[in-house]
Amino acid sequence: MNHIISLLVENHQGVLSRIAGLFSGRGYNLASITAGVTMDPEITRITLVCEGEDDVIDQIKKQLHKLIDIIKVIDLTDVPSLHRELALIKVKAKPDQRGEIFQVSDVFRAKVMDVSMDSMVLEVTGSPEKIDAFTSIIQPYHIQEIARSGLIAVERGKKQ
Amino acid sequence: MKISGAELFTQALKREGVKHLFGFPGGVVIPIFDVLFSEPEIRVILTRHEQGAVHAADGYARSTGRTGVCLVTSGPGATNTITGLATANFDAVPIVCFTGQVARKMIGNDAFQEADIVGISRPVTKHNYLVTDRKDLAKIIKQAFTLASSGKPGPVLVDLPVDILKEEGDSHYPESVTIRGYNPVTKGHPGQIKKTAHALGQARKPLFYVGGGIHISGAADIFRKIVEKTRVPVVSSLMGIGAFPSDHPKNLGMLGMHGTYAANMAVTHTDLLFAIGTRFDDRVTGDLSKFAPEARIIHIDIDPAAIARNVPVEIPIVGDARIILEQLYTLLKSPSIEDWLKQIVKWKEEHPLTFSQDGKRLAPEAVIKTISDVFPDAIISTEVGQNQMWAALYYNFHKPRTLLTSGGLGTMGYGFPAAIGAQIGNPDRTVIDIAGDGSIQMNIQELATAALNELPVIVAILNNGYLGMVRQWQELFFNRRYSSTCLQRGVNCPPNCDQKPGQVCPPYTPDFVKLAEAYRAIGMRVTRMEDVRPALKEAGKSKTKPVLIDFIVEREANVFPMVPAGVAINKMMFDKRAQE
Ligand SMILES: Cc1ncc(C[n+]2csc(CCOP(=O)(O)OP(=O)(O)O)c2C)c(N)n1
Ligand SMILES: [Mg+2]
Repeated sequence: MNHIISLLVENHQGVLSRIAGLFSGRGYNLASITAGVTMDPEITRITLVCEGEDDVIDQIKKQLHKLIDIIKVIDLTDVPSLHRELALIKVKAKPDQRGEIFQVSDVFRAKVMDVSMDSMVLEVTGSPEKIDAFTSIIQPYHIQEIARSGLIAVERGKKQ
Repeated sequence: MKISGAELFTQALKREGVKHLFGFPGGVVIPIFDVLFSEPEIRVILTRHEQGAVHAADGYARSTGRTGVCLVTSGPGATNTITGLATANFDAVPIVCFTGQVARKMIGNDAFQEADIVGISRPVTKHNYLVTDRKDLAKIIKQAFTLASSGKPGPVLVDLPVDILKEEGDSHYPESVTIRGYNPVTKGHPGQIKKTAHALGQARKPLFYVGGGIHISGAADIFRKIVEKTRVPVVSSLMGIGAFPSDHPKNLGMLGMHGTYAANMAVTHTDLLFAIGTRFDDRVTGDLSKFAPEARIIHIDIDPAAIARNVPVEIPIVGDARIILEQLYTLLKSPSIEDWLKQIVKWKEEHPLTFSQDGKRLAPEAVIKTISDVFPDAIISTEVGQNQMWAALYYNFHKPRTLLTSGGLGTMGYGFPAAIGAQIGNPDRTVIDIAGDGSIQMNIQELATAALNELPVIVAILNNGYLGMVRQWQELFFNRRYSSTCLQRGVNCPPNCDQKPGQVCPPYTPDFVKLAEAYRAIGMRVTRMEDVRPALKEAGKSKTKPVLIDFIVEREANVFPMVPAGVAINKMMFDKRAQE
């Protein structure tokens, strides 16, 4: 099962390679990794998506926790939280196909970012499943390039 | 006052109480060695190889409990430390290793003797740093010492660009530092401790299983009190040896692949395995599905990642072993375990440790027993292989921090430099490296270090002419095909040499006695049992010279008992000859 782990880390050089090295060195599966600075410029938030049985995930969290530059390890998998990924997709689109693509994009609330003589660039955000669904629908138009951001996530606010 | 980075480095070491620095110079660290040249408070021990420097710092640290410190140059100097760092990292030894680095503006340019040592050493250190700003130097050194010696100790590497060493700056060195991502738990959870006391009280076949964590946390005294209060027997991992006296009636000895019969049987039948400061390594557990199959498991460790990794643990307790055992002590009662204790005595009697003597060449086990007799209070380091297992099984350890051995990484070449470090840290103790003839050659150059520093380290080579432990596996599992394990094999030997006795082999190379003498050390060769004790006594008289004794031991002696890799640990093989 996929787990979403959010890390708060020191904004030190080399932290990403410490994390990546941990996964490769111990043979853990890392599906995606994203990083961005937080409100505190010294702290970076890293969101990992990793796969494994519960005991493996447990080890991954413990091993991450041991890294000195990691301040906090939060498993968002079973916590009410919001997950988003962004994709930029360049599709082949002759002028007469644009209308259809606009329509499909509308359903997925994808934005058209660029239009040229024979292609369009679309931006879509949402859960990874939504992006998968969108790409498979748009596939027949021939996707020339795709860039996915990897997942980012935050915990929801407390309900009461 | 403004001082250079190199001067700050030296001040920092003094503030950390560092008296000994194991090092090897090179271009980029000359500024530091230059300051050290006129620094009376820090003694620099110049090894002959950087690997030797790190192992020496390691032996110093393991035997004294103080952080070992080394200093090497960039590039090859730095890469030569990797095996030493990995050895220390595996066995949780506090070391701070400083490496020189090319100037900041050169980094990344493939400059002469540049190596990305922070990248290379990342998986084999507890943490590492590249100093990129002169004003961070003091803080980073303080953090390095803090990290190395606290929590689960380990090696920390600090990479020092040469321009920072030369740069003038602040002389302030902080009293303490906080590292917000690092807060090791030391006190045990009171609820878990209560549960533990209860579980132990209910157990009918309880067993302690101790590891290196007892030495590291200084828990040997409280542990002994607990054993005496509860009467629960003890087994130990290789790293745990010395945590509890080997000859104590409650000690069943080492468990695992070369564990004693009583220890392995006890683990297989216990109903409560109480593990303290140990990792459940595969050399200990054998076939995991058959390890302690009837036991509830309690596990104390400072490293949460070591708990429940290999075996399911019913009561995990994260924290420092000494503190937790102290919390636990008053809650403990002696459980009713009379039948269990009787059973244990039976196992001990059924298969005590035995070995055979063919009368022609020395029995290595007998050599070690004699060492134990002649030097009962020695610090013993070992190399890796049969020598290591025999030392663990046959030397009578009775104090913590007296067995220095590479347990996790199994590094041949560790023992001798480690003994040098231990002798530096313990000038009044006898320090003996129980060596194999293969391993000793991996850091033999340190004879010069020992000789010139007038360290009376004793190197007891159990010379079987083989990479003996590998040969043993070949004998038992590869149909006696001694491929690349004979250290006497020469170019004219028959391709399928069956190594039958009587065959004429090339002379043993090197001649260890002459080699010792070439280094101005004392060299002796012993071939007969009656000469073992006198030779050791003679060696004990040396006060300023290292002594190397070449014990010519039986070539094909094996370490028994033995459990083949991956097999249940109660399925032991014994020495057939000894039983005849
Ligand atoms: C650096 C290193 N290389 C290889 C090995 C594999 N190995 C383990 S034991 C051993 C044999 C050691 O021979 P020796 O030092 O003569 O010891 P003996 O087993 O004969 O006592 C070898 C090659 C190792 N542990 N370390
Ligand atoms: Mg040998």
